[in-house]
Amino acid sequence: MTVTAIDTDQLRKVYGEFAAVKGLTLQVSQGEVFGFLGPNGAGKTTFIKMLLGLVKPTSGRGWLLGAPLGDRAVLARVGFLPEHFRFQEWLTAGEFLQLHGELLGLEGKALKMRIDGLLDRVGLTPFRKKQLRTFSKGMLQRVGLAQALLNHPALVFLDEPTSGLDPVGRRLVREIIQELREEGTCVFLNSHLLSEIEITCDRVAFIKHGEVVRVLSLDSLADAHAQVTICATGLTEAILSDMARWGRDIHANGQEVTLFVEKDDAIPEITRYLVEQGVDIYSISRSRQSLEELFIETVGKDGGL
Amino acid sequence: MTFREAIRRKIVLAGLVLGVLFLAVYSIGFRMIYTEISLEAAAAGGSIASLLVLREMSNFLLLAGLYAATFLSVAMGALLSADTLAGEINSGTIQTIVAKPLRRSDVVLGKWLAFAGLLGLYLLLLAGGVVASVYFQSGFVAQNLLRGLLLIYLEALLMMTFALACSSAMTALATGGTVFGLYGLAFIGGWIEQIGSIFNNQTAVQVGIATSLLFPTEAMWRRATYEMQSAVSSVLQMTPFVTLSVPNMVMIAYAVLYLLAALALAIRTFQNRDL
Ligand SMILES: Nc1ncnc2c1ncn2[C@@H]1O[C@H](COP(=O)(O)OP(=O)(O)O)[C@@H](O)[C@H]1O
Ligand SMILES: [Mg+2]
Repeated sequence: MTVTAIDTDQLRKVYGEFAAVKGLTLQVSQGEVFGFLGPNGAGKTTFIKMLLGLVKPTSGRGWLLGAPLGDRAVLARVGFLPEHFRFQEWLTAGEFLQLHGELLGLEGKALKMRIDGLLDRVGLTPFRKKQLRTFSKGMLQRVGLAQALLNHPALVFLDEPTSGLDPVGRRLVREIIQELREEGTCVFLNSHLLSEIEITCDRVAFIKHGEVVRVLSLDSLADAHAQVTICATGLTEAILSDMARWGRDIHANGQEVTLFVEKDDAIPEITRYLVEQGVDIYSISRSRQSLEELFIETVGKDGGL
Repeated sequence: MTFREAIRRKIVLAGLVLGVLFLAVYSIGFRMIYTEISLEAAAAGGSIASLLVLREMSNFLLLAGLYAATFLSVAMGALLSADTLAGEINSGTIQTIVAKPLRRSDVVLGKWLAFAGLLGLYLLLLAGGVVASVYFQSGFVAQNLLRGLLLIYLEALLMMTFALACSSAMTALATGGTVFGLYGLAFIGGWIEQIGSIFNNQTAVQVGIATSLLFPTEAMWRRATYEMQSAVSSVLQMTPFVTLSVPNMVMIAYAVLYLLAALALAIRTFQNRDL
């Protein structure tokens, strides 16, 4: 039996007059790396906080790993890296992880080994005995990440994990997410950094003004939105309309034609067809619509403000 | 854990330094005054009257020392908890903690217990220091010492718990302002009650009682001094620590209930709060 990692039904949060999250319904499967994308203030953090029981939903229901929101036992299997965090600065990195491990109910040798492993993984072993107050933003982000993974969670929430990280740190986060995926951990990644999401996620949801405007799988993004540009002479109206068999949104501009194809297989077929029609082809290129273009298209140029 | 946390923090360090400094000054001061009076008593030929004065002076000085110790403990209690929840909510530190499989009530109770322990130790150090200093220099021990100290402890706990309740709802600064404001009010109310009882002014006494009901810290101190005051000074009514209008047992029971209610309020507010 597979249980959905995250399941929400019309989850809503109103602050005073303002609806930060407006009836959000979403399902995320176990083992999935899910990107939650939206402009600042879209309600991403609020949504995560409701799932974790930090914020009480105004209405609606939700389940984490099959248990209703607020179930404490489930929180033992969940990891969380908050967005704007400052940790207890007077602790050293090792003590900080020890404390959070103990709060999770871990103890003894197993916890110690886990801490060793994680510190090593995030590259902070030499700083184990240093107080957190001496850490840079990037180093704190790394300790925070280690903290979120202490309990080998089945589900991890990362709220803007790469903000404040340098390229090396970002890469580390990406690698860790890949490893988590291989271990079958479900990762819920909040971000407005599109390239991050594009590289790491299986599926993304676009959220704007507290509503999901679109959910799509990134494999389908790769296919559905391949744009083909052909430079050729001898293209007639008839040939152009014939090409509609393989793609849509065909635009001809002098010698240049662009169209969108559903599948990459269409490209050699189009080429063969054009050659048969006696068209002289000078170049054919394929480009994928990036997540960024899609984001702007979906959320709007105003950034959802 | 909160225990360790508190120890790392500067408040405690500052409190300890202040406490030790205070004890040192107090001991020296006591020594000087005591020697002076002893000499006078000796000069007076060790008459019963002068011995009595010596004894009363010791009692007075002991209470003065305890008063300062009380104030330091109360301030420590307020400062410890003013910042704890409010500060952690503000900085977001609390988020990773509450997202763990813990009850929110346990988070509050854990902090309360740790602070209560810390305050107990602190008070023991300060008040114990004062009592020991007086004892070793003059051999004087106040009556009902334990009862008095427990009342002082109750006062510090009240302040700490009330601050914790405020801290779960307000900012650290607002909490500090509120608790010290109320403490000051209760202090003034206490004096109004005292003076009122000298002049038999019922209204003034009632005002005093009303402020004690609002915030029963000062009432606990007055009950404590009443317990530890020697019979002679009570009759003579000659020092500022003589308690004329004594808070009764009902007031003490009220203070205990007040404390429990504040703790319950702290837990409830924290449970219902968005973090
Ligand atoms: N405690 C709060 N009180 C009032 N408004 C809030 C509170 N927390 C968040 N908001 C508002 O809710 C909206 C969504 O915030 P948030 O979930 O943090 O967005 P995101 O994480 O997508 O940037 C924002 O407009 C923010 O101002
Ligand atoms: Mg956010």
